[in-house]
Amino acid sequence: MPEEENNITCDCKISNRVISKNGVDLFTRQDGNLNDFLISAYEHFRLNYPKFYKMDNLCRLGLLAAEILLRDSFKKENYRPEEVGIVLANSHSSLDTDLKYYETTRGFASPSLFVYTLPNIVMGEICIRHKFKGENALFIQRKFNPEFIQEYVRDLLNNNILQACICGWVDLFAERHEAILYLIEKGSADLSREQKLNPK
Amino acid sequence: MDELIGNLKKQIVQQLNLQDIRPEDIGDDQPLFVEGLGLDSIDALELIVLLQQQYKIKLSNPEEGPKVFYSVKTMADYIRAHRSGLS
Repeated sequence: MPEEENNITCDCKISNRVISKNGVDLFTRQDGNLNDFLISAYEHFRLNYPKFYKMDNLCRLGLLAAEILLRDSFKKENYRPEEVGIVLANSHSSLDTDLKYYETTRGFASPSLFVYTLPNIVMGEICIRHKFKGENALFIQRKFNPEFIQEYVRDLLNNNILQACICGWVDLFAERHEAILYLIEKGSADLSREQKLNPK
Repeated sequence: MDELIGNLKKQIVQQLNLQDIRPEDIGDDQPLFVEGLGLDSIDALELIVLLQQQYKIKLSNPEEGPKVFYSVKTMADYIRAHRSGLS
């Protein structure tokens, strides 16, 4: 049986405090710190998800990128929850929150920080928000390797493990941050976009 | 408003990072969990930390948790009882 074509439906990038989708800048805020930027973006895009405030910055970054990626581009009703998955990579794991949590252990260890001391929690938060129940994986890599991610996702789609996948890079440490997400769908009709993950 | 209850509301908002809620929006008898303020199990742990940090009170019996943390008022009652017990 011939393989069905997989297509990149849309992409979203958050870097240097600029948020863009499909190459179009949508939001920026350069004053204040990263926390201010993420909260401002949450308010700007009216996420209306109070749990956002409680998340660590890695989860905020990933959730925000996924939200903008999917908004007006993803027809959730076309898929069962088990058919949508997430494959991500980053280089700093959850180190930003690990260190913040470690600081609290000198006094009263913070339960709400402790729950974010794993890098894959960001995928859990996206899944909870959108009710996705498909396969997910997070790789720790020195730098973004689009070919590796694309190959991994291709296997998931071609073996019918998933029908759609959010994939890419969500990395954060202190003020440094970068999220590059793609939505890849099996046999999507949109053939207009470059069919290769290209973070540039 | 009762000073202890007022302080507790501010501390809960701060400790639990409830940035979309103002302390004055929390009712004295409003349930803190599920149908009330919608707090979860991690928030419950944070409330235990709050009692220890701010009032030096350790919840000795975890089974008391649901009663103690039912509302801001029940928390205030528990704090008063333990303060008077210690004095």
